[in-house]
Amino acid sequence: MTGPDRTKSRPGGAIRCIRETDLRGAGRDRFAGPAKRAIETGRNRAAIAAAVFALGFLAVAGRLVDVAVSRAGGEPRQLAASKEAAAPISARGNIVDRNGVVLATNLKAAALVADPRRVINAESAAARLASLLPEFDQEEAARRLASDRHFVWLRRGLTPRQQMLVNRLGIPGLYFQQDERRVYPHGRIASHVLGHTGFDNQGLGGVESFFDRRLSGVGGVGRDVTLSLDIRVQHILHEELMTAVAEQQAIGGSALVMDVRNGEILAMVSLPDFDPNQGAGSSEAARFNRNSLGVYEMGSTFKIFTTAMALEYGAAKLDDLYDVARPIRVARHTINDLHGSGRPLTVSDIFVKSSNIGAVHLAMAVGTAGQRSFLGRLGLFDKPAIELSEIGAPLQPAKWREINTMTVAFGHGVAVSPVQHASAIAAVANGGILYPPTLVKRAGNGQALGRRVISPVTSAKMRELMRRVVVKGTGRRAAVEEFEIGGKTGTAEKPSKRGYQRRKLLSSFVGLFPIYDPRYLVFVLIDEPKGVDGNSRRATGGWVAAPVVGAVVRRSGLLLGVLPTVPVEETVDETERPIIKVNAGGIALAAR
Amino acid sequence: MSAAMPALNSVLGRWWWTVDRWVLAALIVLLAIGALLTMSAGPASAGRMRIDVFHFVQAQLTYLPLALAILLSVSLLTPVTVRRLAVVAFGLFIGLTALTLIFGPEIKGAQRWLVVFGQSLQPSEFVKPAFAVTAAWMFAEQRHEGGVPGNLIATLLAALVICLLVAQPDIGNALLVASVWFVQFFLAGLPTVWILALALLGLVGMISAYLLVDHVATRVNAFLDPSSADNYQIDTAIDAFINGGWFGRGPGEGTVKASLPDAHSDFILAVAGEELGILACIVIVALFAFIVLRGFLRVVQESDLFVMLSVAGLLTAFGVQALINMGSTLRMVPTKGITLPFISYGGSSLLALAFGMGMVLALTRVSAHRRVWP
Repeated sequence: MTGPDRTKSRPGGAIRCIRETDLRGAGRDRFAGPAKRAIETGRNRAAIAAAVFALGFLAVAGRLVDVAVSRAGGEPRQLAASKEAAAPISARGNIVDRNGVVLATNLKAAALVADPRRVINAESAAARLASLLPEFDQEEAARRLASDRHFVWLRRGLTPRQQMLVNRLGIPGLYFQQDERRVYPHGRIASHVLGHTGFDNQGLGGVESFFDRRLSGVGGVGRDVTLSLDIRVQHILHEELMTAVAEQQAIGGSALVMDVRNGEILAMVSLPDFDPNQGAGSSEAARFNRNSLGVYEMGSTFKIFTTAMALEYGAAKLDDLYDVARPIRVARHTINDLHGSGRPLTVSDIFVKSSNIGAVHLAMAVGTAGQRSFLGRLGLFDKPAIELSEIGAPLQPAKWREINTMTVAFGHGVAVSPVQHASAIAAVANGGILYPPTLVKRAGNGQALGRRVISPVTSAKMRELMRRVVVKGTGRRAAVEEFEIGGKTGTAEKPSKRGYQRRKLLSSFVGLFPIYDPRYLVFVLIDEPKGVDGNSRRATGGWVAAPVVGAVVRRSGLLLGVLPTVPVEETVDETERPIIKVNAGGIALAAR
Repeated sequence: MSAAMPALNSVLGRWWWTVDRWVLAALIVLLAIGALLTMSAGPASAGRMRIDVFHFVQAQLTYLPLALAILLSVSLLTPVTVRRLAVVAFGLFIGLTALTLIFGPEIKGAQRWLVVFGQSLQPSEFVKPAFAVTAAWMFAEQRHEGGVPGNLIATLLAALVICLLVAQPDIGNALLVASVWFVQFFLAGLPTVWILALALLGLVGMISAYLLVDHVATRVNAFLDPSSADNYQIDTAIDAFINGGWFGRGPGEGTVKASLPDAHSDFILAVAGEELGILACIVIVALFAFIVLRGFLRVVQESDLFVMLSVAGLLTAFGVQALINMGSTLRMVPTKGITLPFISYGGSSLLALAFGMGMVLALTRVSAHRRVWP
């Protein structure tokens, strides 16, 4: 190769040139003395400069090797950081119903975070995010992105699609962290039981709050909670109550289904309700659990206790007659009956026809002390120990006078929550054992937790009375063909500052089925119903709440494993299997 | 090869046999690498700036043949022509640099550019090589018995250029000019006492730049305490080298250029590191080292003081610029905002460097001076 050879020969050539120059220069002024010395100095110093450059380039090359070696095999800083974030932040336990159906669980989500110092244009970044994410506070985000912190939160719980879109914006300084998002697949059906969770998946309300520690667990891994709820029954109850409240244009309602043999709650609905998936956004009124936090003067369903008490204490027998023709006047008050009766009534009729006057007579026969101790035994003066964070304390008169005994006899003057009301009624009907209400599936049959409050004999009599209410009394509209329901209507006037309001009612019905061997209690309460067909006289428990109980029983009885008393009518999809009428020898046959 | 060689007598033939073809080859390889990396990093930067995606690529590919033409044609010149050209260029561009302070639009907090016929021009880039040759002439004149106070004139010129650059402000290039002046003065026989004094002055100068010029202070602080400030570019650049590893992800496969604002200019070595790998970066360093050291080897053997000082000055500007750029990308020195010679995007920079290195090639031609001073 010519090139390299030439190059190699060049230094020699150069030296030769210099020699020639020097020889020539010797004869010239320009290259005499100092100039020559200057050349020598320059050469030496150029060598020094070259050496400095060589060192500089070596240092750069060394640094390159250093970067390659020190990090080779390792991962780049940013990738390493995202791997750190990949560790799950939390694994909150699931909430499942009694059959293992998931009621609350977690989905992986992305949290959008930012390093504001790396965000080039905070304003535009915030604007672009706002165009993608609904309800994104652009001003707040811009403020955060303009801060000089290293880390700010922008949005939790991004869906994968949102994450993809945000990622595609390609805004530097934005990062994702793996996050968990609590989801409630059944939506609002069991909202008050479940409650909801906050930004950091902490339980807020309902069992989410009550079992927060268990669900969040130690070390970030929580345990599941199995509820006593049956989501199928819950769905039925929710649907029926929704329909009734809508039809009645009521301001709300509450309903529950309870296993009378152990206090397990199979369904519990409070209206208005909320979607726990958007828990934080719902109103306080919607989050109010009427079943446990609300306490109400229940009205005539309290006559169950009054009658049971009179029977239990032997103050009255079923056939004893009481004069209910004349209203009772106490102090400034007059106690009257809704459906007046011109003749004396037996204890049985007092209950079936729901006579206030009769109930007052029964309570007076027992007396104030006996009444208080009896209601206390049924747990009506204590907060129920149910597994919710929202529990209301019952209200009772500060001082019990005679008038209080009289009004409490038909359910005014004492306010209790539907949950404790239901357990007390369950105790009266189930043979006399009071079980504390619970939302958690009992490990065994829960019998050991029970406490006897009345005798089996009184309980049997009460079942008979409650059956009569449905067969021929105020609760006829609860009756269904398939199951024998027993129960009691309740219609309470809502209290206001100026006494009770005739037009504002709390209409309820408590039903038990099958009544002669009760398994389940269904309680329905409707707050301020307008009345059937808008007729305010038809706004009582018997008119508006009893049919709801009947419908719930009818739809859920088979699910709950209760044998119907008559063959259940087959429901056939007639579009698929049309009925062909066949006339055979004068007998009409339906061939399917 | 021999068969294709031009006749020895012709101008081109003489050029071909006398020019340092190895340095020329190294320069062309650098230009090629620069073109490749601009094609890779340019569209990403342009996309970020919301201008035509191929703006940088088109501009650079337009300048590239121009630069090559300047490089080759200047390398044909004789030392005397080089000197005259440099002096004229120095006068012209120092004037234009002064004009930037009056008419120049402010871009990224500095007035460095002039818009001429729709093209932005950074005259200070041309001042550097022109100054190196002009100052070399003056230093050389001092040694001749013509009574020209060359050292003083060179020093005053250096001061003038540095003042103009600091006023822009363009501290990086001011530093380059200062180092050119210092190396030339050093080679021209600066007494040891003065060397120490100047080292001290340089230190004072740097400290005062730190204290008086805001963006210098910011960058130095960021260098000394990486956590104190926004080191986004540097951190990202280091990430790029790590991503690339020894062999790189392949041309065009880099990701860092998408988030590195100056990927096409000051931080192009990071793009090279990610896409071509650290070995390729070492090759780039080696090319720079080869050009500079081979030039200095010529300087050591040189017998003409003007040529010696000119080449040393031009190579100092070239080498120091490369070192500072690579060093700042690798977090060895604070960032200066100067480009990587021949590789970074930048029309003025590219043409000025071609001008400078063309002069180096012209001055280092073997026996060239024989024709000048027969």
